[in-house]
Amino acid sequence: MELFTEGDPIADTKAPDGPIETRWERHRFESKLVNPANRRKMSVIVVGTGLAGGSAAATLAEQGYQVKSYCYQDSPRRAHSIAAQGGINAAKNYRNDGDSVHRLFYDTVKGGDFRSRESNVHRLAEVSVNIIDQCVAQGVPFAREYGGLLDTRSFGGAQVQRTFYARGQTGQQLLLGAYQALERQIGLGNVEMNARHEMLELIVVDGRARGIVVRDMVTGEITTEFADAVVLASGGYGNVFYLSTNAKGCNVTATWRAHRKGAYFANPCYTQIHPTCIPVSGDHQSKLTLMSESLRNDGRVWVPKAKGDDRNPKDIPEDERDYYLERIYPSFGNLVPRDIASRAAKAVCDQGRGVGPGGLGVYLDFADAIGRLGRKAVEAKYGNLFEMYERITGEDPYEVPMRIYPAVHYTMGGLWVDYDLQSTIPGLFVIGEANFSDHGANRLGASALMQGLADGYFVLPNTIANYLAAGPFEKVDGSHPAAVEARQDVEDRLQRLLSINGDRTVDSFHRELGQIMWDHCGMERTEAGLRKAIDEIRALREQFWQRVRVLGDGEGLNQSLEKAGRVADFFELAELMCIDALHREESCGGHFRAEHQTSDGEAQRDDERFSYVAAWEFTATDQPSVLHKEDLQFEYVHPTQRSYK
Amino acid sequence: MNLTLRIWRQTGPEDKGRMVTYQVDDVSPDMSFLEMLDVLNERLILAGEDPVAFDHDCREGICGMCGMMINGMAHGPQRGTTACQLHMRQFSDGDTIDIEPWRAQAFPVIKDLVVNRGAFDKIIAAGGYITAPTGSAPEAHATPVAKADADAAFEAAACIGCGACVAACPNGSGMLFTAAKVTQLSLMPQGQPERYTRVIGMLDAHDEAGFGGCTNAGECTVACPKGIPLNTIGRLNRDFLTATKKAAGKPGS
Amino acid sequence: MAVSGIFFVLYLIAHMVGNLKAFAGETAFDHYAHWLRDIGKPLLPGVWFLWILRFALTVSVVAHIWSATVLALRARAARPVRYAHRPKIQGSYAARTMRWGGVIILLFVIYHLLDLSVGTLNPVGDGSKPYSNVVADFAPERWYVTLFYTLAIVTLGFHLRHGVFSALRSLGQQTPKGERWARASALAVAILISGGFLVIPFAVLTGLVS
Repeated sequence: MELFTEGDPIADTKAPDGPIETRWERHRFESKLVNPANRRKMSVIVVGTGLAGGSAAATLAEQGYQVKSYCYQDSPRRAHSIAAQGGINAAKNYRNDGDSVHRLFYDTVKGGDFRSRESNVHRLAEVSVNIIDQCVAQGVPFAREYGGLLDTRSFGGAQVQRTFYARGQTGQQLLLGAYQALERQIGLGNVEMNARHEMLELIVVDGRARGIVVRDMVTGEITTEFADAVVLASGGYGNVFYLSTNAKGCNVTATWRAHRKGAYFANPCYTQIHPTCIPVSGDHQSKLTLMSESLRNDGRVWVPKAKGDDRNPKDIPEDERDYYLERIYPSFGNLVPRDIASRAAKAVCDQGRGVGPGGLGVYLDFADAIGRLGRKAVEAKYGNLFEMYERITGEDPYEVPMRIYPAVHYTMGGLWVDYDLQSTIPGLFVIGEANFSDHGANRLGASALMQGLADGYFVLPNTIANYLAAGPFEKVDGSHPAAVEARQDVEDRLQRLLSINGDRTVDSFHRELGQIMWDHCGMERTEAGLRKAIDEIRALREQFWQRVRVLGDGEGLNQSLEKAGRVADFFELAELMCIDALHREESCGGHFRAEHQTSDGEAQRDDERFSYVAAWEFTATDQPSVLHKEDLQFEYVHPTQRSYK
Repeated sequence: MNLTLRIWRQTGPEDKGRMVTYQVDDVSPDMSFLEMLDVLNERLILAGEDPVAFDHDCREGICGMCGMMINGMAHGPQRGTTACQLHMRQFSDGDTIDIEPWRAQAFPVIKDLVVNRGAFDKIIAAGGYITAPTGSAPEAHATPVAKADADAAFEAAACIGCGACVAACPNGSGMLFTAAKVTQLSLMPQGQPERYTRVIGMLDAHDEAGFGGCTNAGECTVACPKGIPLNTIGRLNRDFLTATKKAAGKPGS
Repeated sequence: MAVSGIFFVLYLIAHMVGNLKAFAGETAFDHYAHWLRDIGKPLLPGVWFLWILRFALTVSVVAHIWSATVLALRARAARPVRYAHRPKIQGSYAARTMRWGGVIILLFVIYHLLDLSVGTLNPVGDGSKPYSNVVADFAPERWYVTLFYTLAIVTLGFHLRHGVFSALRSLGQQTPKGERWARASALAVAILISGGFLVIPFAVLTGLVS
């Protein structure tokens, strides 16, 4: 059977043309508005309370809509945006160092390896400046200079200092700002907050997204909830790899369920792998911890020259060490972009020169920095990171070089949306990491926070009005056949998971799925590997539905049941990711196909054949998906090949 | 190493609950505390026993979801460390470890080690914010903030809302949590207009939720994985005294 | 709590200074005791000042105990289910002994009044000879009185050490520097007052005062 079929091309009909600087403004003017008295009559469901979902729910409630918000955590403050460390980009040009909206736009399109939409990215760069104003007004304690003004730094190799930060906890502080705005609206009665609730199905009535089926994770009660529009802000799907820097609960269920109901899934294979994470320490490993990328500013990456050299790193003399990044990329050295650093680490480990348990790690050595700057200065810069490393590994990085290895960090793919952030199902909007729109094939450092807040504070609250202006729509309740069916599907599925009572735990399946994905759909992908992975995933999925063991019942808190539902969806997504990776016969950004590289091992794009967004349409379980191509036009930033030598 | 765990098991809010003893063998010192519980749960599931329910999410010490009393210490014996970042090398072979949920009237147990911390959200909803509707913000550099104030505000803002302060407090008070937010916002110029209504609203919500009163015992700040300083409570007290004196909201006050 | 507590601290300081008069000899001490009854004359009739003081002290005691009881009841209500593994004291020991310490101090004060004010529990028990009463109290053969007195004063020291710090905190002390200052002054007050009270019995015991 074929893996997929090709359907009609798809186009973003909402994106305006004309001068790029005025597109957003003109679009807002041309969009319909909802009068304040009518907003009170309309309701919006927002799933997820991270930077995108939290800010959107708060803003929509401020505008006067009735908002119902859902999150699986015990409080909206815990969404995984909280773990973002580095910072948030904004084209404020406070440094007078040549930054501008246009430069941020340019850098983002180029950083995304020319696989994103120019209109979207330009809008993102425009509103970036409003985000900083908004967050400061909320009391977010950004780092400041002695004069009392905001401090900025350069991040991820950018040549301008446009990254605003709050020590290593920028995500936390921005999220708490959005959370507090949301709590204010909850206190005022404008938002109905439902924590510990998980969305398990989308309800589509007469072609419009009108509601969701949720499970109260405390009581196990399944209910149907309705609104005039549904917004998904449920984050990325990095946990398909089992081990990633995502939180344990991060999952694809909300977006995958929507995909099965008709929303196209775009570019699922674009995965960002972060080079500086703490390596796996054993089979018990449950997640990976990111170490800030800033460590590469002073640390030197190396492995022994000889294979299987397991001497203490201090006993390996200088001439038997291979500082491979400095050797291969003399001009950028240890500061090459994330994808390149990650792949290089994998390459040396594949040669058998990796260090630490299992040989999956490389040294990040601060001996030179300590010698040059003194221990005190290194401590001032990286003290808390070193402490965190020691807490986790039990090794003192002042004495022994750190060991690092790449880990899955962010997924650029997601549900396909138009310029209004609306999916292919009318009334279903998708924001933040859950959509695919702005980062192309690779996301730049400090841009995820920017995109989440841009969507939630400034873009969606404007564009959703254009849709809601046609409302309020006909009232729907739980007795509507579409709702009854959706609810029944959810109940049947949970019952099925509970009744298998096999001999393997959910985690054992998830771990095995993750290993398949990491081996074949990770940093380096090949046709043979991807084909093998697809077969293995299908076989494992079959095993899952025969042998998984979920104890207890659906009533009350049942964490195994929650996990089982999520892993079941990851199986289906994993297959689509491999198919997407297989069909994209080029290398771009976070997608590296071994067959498509330059003579010196760099990613080779094929703009002739692949300058498009791959939007996948679900047909039926075990039936090939349909590929719809959205062509990408580059009027302002012309595609070039990246080089970091 | 081999460990004996005594874990609080409670099937639901109505159940009385009890400590149950489990033996866990072959624990690696490189495991995190929660990974050790994962290992126990995998074995329980295969043996047909209900796994231990516990809250966790990011497992990197920032989301605030995890939290349990480990041998009578909130988040366990290592200072400045959440349970998810605590590693088994902090324990020795043959140890017996008691694991209990946070205990507070305001944090009712849902199941085993999982408690409901919704009372914290209510405290924030009662004033733990600066009113700044989207779109209304002035230019970010319009109001400079002295670096010392910004740094002190950041220190207080580092709170992750895990509830360890309440769990460790002999009075079951949520004052450190409340004071951390009051301190952060009252140090910023943007937080001044609502400064005195905020502290009264948040304290009312705190008391209403059933938290105990503060006696400055100081257990909270020791248990706090983010080291929120005790002097935030002094700042809250000062704002509260001023607020009651001033009849906050009077023009010109 | 803080306000009544601070009143007690001031009273204790005055009381301690008075006690130290014992080193000035029997006449001076007895004279001091009688003078206390005459403060305020001729504005106030005799002993009035003492009664005003006693009244204020009683009000403070009631306020202090009432606040403490409210806090204790709230604490109990705030944690209806106890920990199976008794929480380890990681903060200050003084802070964790406030309630029991307070009860011990109260019992001591009752005994102390019966002993040296009313005189029923004193071997001499002559209200006009306070010096003799004191000396008789701490005679070596009555070591148990000295022991109880010492225990009570040490408990008082702990109570003050946390109490003074906590009172300053409740009244709005808020900076890190202020915190160090508050801790230091609490410790100083605690040591000064308990030390000042303890020298008397030990002076009697060692015969320095007889």
